[in-house]
Amino acid sequence: MRITIHGGRVVDPASGRDEIADVAIAGDRIVAIGAKAAELEAERRIDAQGLVVAPGLVDLAARLREPGQEHEGMLESELQAAAAGGVTSLVCLPDTDPVLDEPGLVEMLKFRARKLSRCRVFPLGALTRSLQGQALTEMVELTEAGCVGFSQVEVPIVDTQVLLRALQYAATHGLSVWLRPQEAWLGKGVAASGAVATRLGLSGVPVAAETIALHTLFELVRATGARVHLCRLSSAAGVALLRAAKAEGLPVTADASINSLHLIDEDIGYFDADFRLAPPLRQAADREALRAALADGTLDALVSDHNPVAADMKVLPFGEAEPGASGIELLLALALRWGRELGLPLVRTLAPVSCAPVRVLGDALGSLASSAGRLVEGGVADLCLFDADAEWPVTAATLCSQGKHTPFAQASSGGMLQGRVVTTLVAGTIAFDRR
Amino acid sequence: MAARRNPQLNVHGELIHLLSVEGLPREVLVQILDTAGTFLSVSEREVKKVPLLRGKSVFNLFFENSTRTRTTFEIAAKRLSADVFNLDIARSSTAKGESLLDTIANLSAMHADMFVVRHGESGAPHLIAQHCAPHVHVVNAGDGRHAHPTQGLLDMYTIRHYKRDFTRLSVAVVGDIVHSRVARSDLHALSILGVPDIRAVGPKTLVPGDFAAMGVRVCHDMAEGIRDADVIIMLRLQNERMSGAMLPSASEFFKTYGLTPGKLALARPDVIVMHPGPINRGVEIDSAVADGPQSVILPQVGFGIAVRMAVMSIIAGNPA
Repeated sequence: MRITIHGGRVVDPASGRDEIADVAIAGDRIVAIGAKAAELEAERRIDAQGLVVAPGLVDLAARLREPGQEHEGMLESELQAAAAGGVTSLVCLPDTDPVLDEPGLVEMLKFRARKLSRCRVFPLGALTRSLQGQALTEMVELTEAGCVGFSQVEVPIVDTQVLLRALQYAATHGLSVWLRPQEAWLGKGVAASGAVATRLGLSGVPVAAETIALHTLFELVRATGARVHLCRLSSAAGVALLRAAKAEGLPVTADASINSLHLIDEDIGYFDADFRLAPPLRQAADREALRAALADGTLDALVSDHNPVAADMKVLPFGEAEPGASGIELLLALALRWGRELGLPLVRTLAPVSCAPVRVLGDALGSLASSAGRLVEGGVADLCLFDADAEWPVTAATLCSQGKHTPFAQASSGGMLQGRVVTTLVAGTIAFDRR
Repeated sequence: MAARRNPQLNVHGELIHLLSVEGLPREVLVQILDTAGTFLSVSEREVKKVPLLRGKSVFNLFFENSTRTRTTFEIAAKRLSADVFNLDIARSSTAKGESLLDTIANLSAMHADMFVVRHGESGAPHLIAQHCAPHVHVVNAGDGRHAHPTQGLLDMYTIRHYKRDFTRLSVAVVGDIVHSRVARSDLHALSILGVPDIRAVGPKTLVPGDFAAMGVRVCHDMAEGIRDADVIIMLRLQNERMSGAMLPSASEFFKTYGLTPGKLALARPDVIVMHPGPINRGVEIDSAVADGPQSVILPQVGFGIAVRMAVMSIIAGNPA
C-alpha cells in the first residue's frame, strides 16, 4: 500500500532532523521525506498536523509471557499493547515456560508474532539451559532461529566458571550476552537497602549487589572480549562503573528501565505491591544519576521492562508479590517526561528509545540494522505518530496489556501521563490507529 | 507521587486500624495510653469485664505461631465482652493453598468486626486493612520485621508509668534490632512521644547504620549505648540468629551485648529494664538483672492487656 503522512513534525534522532515535512511510504519502505513525498499518489493519506512523526520505538526489554504463561499476557494482547505504545521492535526475554532455550520454541514464537504483524519481535535466548546456570545453550542454533542475544534474565549465574565459559563461547561466535548485574546472594531482598527498607522491615538489596556483579563482568569482558549488554542498571555507583568501563573501551552497552528513571523507594508508600520491581527502586541520588547517564549516552537505552503480572500476584504482602509492572504502553510518555524534566530537545529525548537501542542490537538485526529506529528514505517504514501534549490517565481501561499493574497507574501515582501515540506503522502497514 | 493518607486514620484523623505506630499523631498515642490507664483497674476487679465490645466478633488470625501475644489479645477482647475466635491459620487455610485475601473474605462473610493479625510478611496487615469491608477494624499483632504496635505501646505505657515524662529521657534499645518489629515500633513511639535521646545498640550485623534515618543514635559499643540511660529495652535474640553469619555464638553475644549487673551499673541508678519476652537468660540478659529490682518485665505483661483493651475499644468506636 502507498501511504502519505502530511504536515507532521518529523523528528529523527539519528540524523537530527526536526522539521514539518511529509512522509511517503510504498510497500514496507519510506520512499520520500519532504517535498517529493507530496508527489506520491497514495491510497491512504494520514493527516499528521499537530503530531510528531517519529521512528517506531525500539524497546530492549519486554515480556510477552508466551509460551506458557498465557494467563498473565498473551502474544496478541501484549503485541497490541506494544503497537498502542508506538513500539515497532521489541526484544523479548527468555524466562517463559518452557524457557527459550531450544530453536524450535524460538521459531514458533517468531512465527506467531509475525502472523500478528503488530510489532517486530526479537527474542533473547537463554544463556544456559533452563536458565539454571550450568550448561550452555546451543547459541549458534538459537541465533539461526532468530535470537539476537543471550540472557539469564533474573537468574544470576552463581558459578563464575560457567559465566566465564559462557562469555568465551559467545565471544567465539560474536554473540552478545545480556545480563542484569546482580550478585546472587546479595540480590535476594525485596527492596533496595536504605532507610525505607529498614523502616518498613523489608529485606534489602544493597548497591553492592549491582557493583560487585559489574566488577566481575568487566573483568570477564576484559578476559574474553565478549560483547555484554548490561540490563536495568539501578544505582549511581553502577552508573559510575559503567562510565569508567566505557571510557576504557570495553565492548559494553547498558539500559535502564522507565521505573528506575522516575521512581524511588519512598514511592513504595504503605507497601504498595505495584512498586515491587526488579531491580528494586533505589534512592533519589540513584535516580538522578540514571537520568544524567541516559542524557549523556553512558546509558544507551531506555526500556519499558514490560512485565504483565496477573492481578492475583499483586494482591499479596509486598515481599510475596510478584515483581514487575506493565510498561510498554508508557514508554513514550515516560521518555517524554524525562526529556521535559531535563530540558532536552525532542531529537535527544527520543534517541534512547529509537536509534540508540538499534545500535545496541547491531548486526543481530541483519538488514534492519541500517534503518530501524530511524527515518530514512529507502529505510523500513516503522513509524510512530504521537501527540506530545495529550494527557491521559493510566487505568485498567486505558491499557491494552493484560497486565494492569503499574506504579504509574492513576490509583497509585494520582497523575496523568503526557504524550500519547496516535498511529503506529510497522513495515508500511498500520498496526495501531487510535483515531 | 501523590501523598497517600495514612490508612490507619479516618478523614477526621481518628484511629480505625492499628497497623503501625509510625505516622500516628502524638495525641492518638496519648489517648491510647490514657485509656489503658482506665482499664488497668478492670483487671483487678472481682468481675473483670466491661461491656464495650459486647456482641462484637473479634477474630485472632495468627499466620505465625504465637501463644503469648494471642493469649493477651484474647484476654483483652474477652474483658471487653467481645466474642473471640482463634484461628490457627498456619495450620489450616493457607496450608490448603487459600490466598490471604480469600481467607479474609471468608471470615468477613462470617460477620467479623475486628481482625487481630499476625503474619510473617511485613505489610500483610496493611493489605488486609485495604481489602476488608469498611466496618471491619484491623489490629496488627506483629508483621514480619515491620511493626508490633501494641507491644510498642505497652512499652510506652510502662515507661510512662515509671518515668512520667518522656521529654527528659535517655532510652536504649539493645540487641537484634534489624529483625525486630518490636524495636521499630518502640523507636517510632519514643520519637513521637518526644524522647530526646534514643539509642539503638548492637553489632553492625544487627543494627545497620540506616536506623539513624529513624532519628536514633546508632551505637555499636554497649557501654556507650547504655551509659546514663533511664530505660533499657533488651530485645529477644531469636535462636536461629545465635550462630551463623549474623553472630558467631550466643555466649559471645552475651559477653559483648548481654545485660549483666556490671554493665547495668553504667546506666542511671534508677534505670528500668524492659524486655518484650520471652527472655533468653544468659543470652541477652543475666538472670540477676531479669529478676532484679530494676526489672519491670513482669509488670509489662499486665500493662499489655490494658493497652490492647484500649486499642480495641478505641478503634471499634471510630467509623471508617
